[in-house]
Amino acid sequence: MQDTPDIADRHDAICVIGAGAGGLVAIKNLREHGFAVDCYERETSVGGAWNWRHDRSPMYASTHLISSRPLTEFPDFPMPDDWPDYPHHTQVLSYLERYAEHFGLGAHIWFGTEVVSAVPVGDGRWDVTTRSTGGGAERVQRYAGLVVANGHNWDPAKPEIPGEFRGQVIHAAAYQDTAQLRNRKVLVIGGGNTGCDIAVEAAQQAATVWHSTRRGYWYAPKYLFGRPSDQVNDRLLRLRLPLPVRQWLYRRTVGLTVGDLTRFGLPAPDHKPYETHPIVNSQLPFYLAHGRITAVPDVTRFDGAAVELADGRRVEPDLVITATGYRARFEFLAPEILDTDADGRPDLHLHAFARKHPTLAVVGLLQGDAGVFPLAHWQSVAIARWLRLRTTDPVRAAAVQQKESTRPVGGWSRTKVVHTRRHWFEVDHVNYLRSVEGLLREMETSK
Amino acid sequence: MTILRFDDWTDPVRPVKRDVIAKLPEDAGENPPVLFVPGPGHGATAFAEHWLPHAAGRGFAAYALTPRDGGKLREHVHDVVQTAASLPRQVVLVGHGEGALVVAHALGRYPARAAVLAAPVLDRWATMGTALRVNPLGAIPAVFGGRLRWSRRQLLSAGAPVEAYGRSSRLVTSRKPVPKPVGDPPALVIGSPDDRVVPRKSLDRTAARLGGAPLLFPGMGHDLMLDAAWTDPIEAILDWLTKELSAAS
Repeated sequence: MQDTPDIADRHDAICVIGAGAGGLVAIKNLREHGFAVDCYERETSVGGAWNWRHDRSPMYASTHLISSRPLTEFPDFPMPDDWPDYPHHTQVLSYLERYAEHFGLGAHIWFGTEVVSAVPVGDGRWDVTTRSTGGGAERVQRYAGLVVANGHNWDPAKPEIPGEFRGQVIHAAAYQDTAQLRNRKVLVIGGGNTGCDIAVEAAQQAATVWHSTRRGYWYAPKYLFGRPSDQVNDRLLRLRLPLPVRQWLYRRTVGLTVGDLTRFGLPAPDHKPYETHPIVNSQLPFYLAHGRITAVPDVTRFDGAAVELADGRRVEPDLVITATGYRARFEFLAPEILDTDADGRPDLHLHAFARKHPTLAVVGLLQGDAGVFPLAHWQSVAIARWLRLRTTDPVRAAAVQQKESTRPVGGWSRTKVVHTRRHWFEVDHVNYLRSVEGLLREMETSK
Repeated sequence: MTILRFDDWTDPVRPVKRDVIAKLPEDAGENPPVLFVPGPGHGATAFAEHWLPHAAGRGFAAYALTPRDGGKLREHVHDVVQTAASLPRQVVLVGHGEGALVVAHALGRYPARAAVLAAPVLDRWATMGTALRVNPLGAIPAVFGGRLRWSRRQLLSAGAPVEAYGRSSRLVTSRKPVPKPVGDPPALVIGSPDDRVVPRKSLDRTAARLGGAPLLFPGMGHDLMLDAAWTDPIEAILDWLTKELSAAS
């Protein structure tokens, strides 16, 4: 049902969906390349996932950065250098708010407006239907390009566990602070950074804690040799040491610092270092060693008051928290537009450029071994430069597209990973940035 | 455009407490803040005397940063970018002397609203050559990595008030080429043909790199913000800035 049948043509303007970190860098870099931008944001403020006031924000009270400040900040707008190595999520939000203010981005954002659909109408143009988040009339506007930055950490992926459970089951998205854990018997499912954070908080607050993981992982500490461990890792990357050498060093370092975790009942990792998303948590081994956390295997089914585990053990928690991640979802786009397969996995060049729609790109759909902000920054620079090149020099743009289509996937995507949904968008930040740099150099304008 | 910044990632610059002087107008309106960056031989006070109040009088929030003691180029650039990012709006960077070298490098990292390089010491050898010719005694130690001593005659014209001073400093050195500015800001180079620190040729080269010609203030010494005719360059900077800002909006 449409109240206004006529489509407002926004000519050369680009539409950006979402005003979280990815949307903000997209607006800033598109504006810097001379584009008019309309950004639509369903909430009434910036910050996306980092704004704990937002419905869809996965933040819990104690969320801190997993990657250290220098590897997390935008390259052209550093975080204050007197901030801690691992800032708190409220600091990250204030950083994003200051970024938006500093570059005057607010004037280009339509708050409280959600995108209902975006449809390609030929010649690279897009009809974008929006409406106020509260409901109301829909409005269609036509744009010269579409940049999607709707985030991928808001739609909880909930495991399907057979059987009935008498206790309470929540997803980590609904976990907010330690009051929910106090004096309870808690089972945390999931060995990601969130699962480990919550298991540690439970160890400090709850009566009993079980931590269920499907496999053994390489748990890196937050500090190595007195430096944030991602900074230590980047020293190795800088030396361009081959992966097997880095894997050997990693084993040695973790062996010497964290030690053998199988002693505490954790399974040994079934994969080499760097083949899963890094888990950085210094406290988990500490609480395992103090017996505050009991490591348990996969959950097979619920049975009344009990939870049955893969090794046949039964435990009786009164709260189960599933820290099993989030799904990427683009409900405003038809699946074939992003070449999305039956499992919901989109296929994008550099995890950013739609293969069949040259004026469509996604920002921030990445998981890396460093912060996503700098990656999103350079993605959006590449997108802006690409859209600019298409208008100024279509012949060169076609040549760049031709050349890019031959760029090997292994160069930018981490292909040697444990094949689970969690690693769909996994990248090594240095390899990824090298690939984006290659693309940017190809597009370097003659000026 | 440097994408892989291993130095910043693995060996972040150690933070220091930065000394920033501010002169704020009653109402800055839409005007961007202006950050003045002196060379390491000067403190923020070099600007506090004349240029800061003058800029504030014309409706610009004006700031000046004192370079940290004994800093390397990388540290000075870090301090400028940190100070710029701490201000509420996108900043206009104005660097003087070696401060202009710092600003030129900061522009490779931070997308300034606009940039002004005043009597820029970008070409170390040209500066050293001039110094040797004009003031050999003060310059010889610098050739061997020591301090470069400036005479009053190099820095100021004859008409300048007497209390304006001579000074010495170690040249900020860099083997790194000056990067291309990010975000393509409008840029202006100003200087004096009678500057005894920065030769005219070097001014022309710097301006040509940024795609223009230098704006010249004959009769003035190197320290444009302290010399007797200090109003002329700051007026010219603010006029240029006002024109650039209105052209963009």
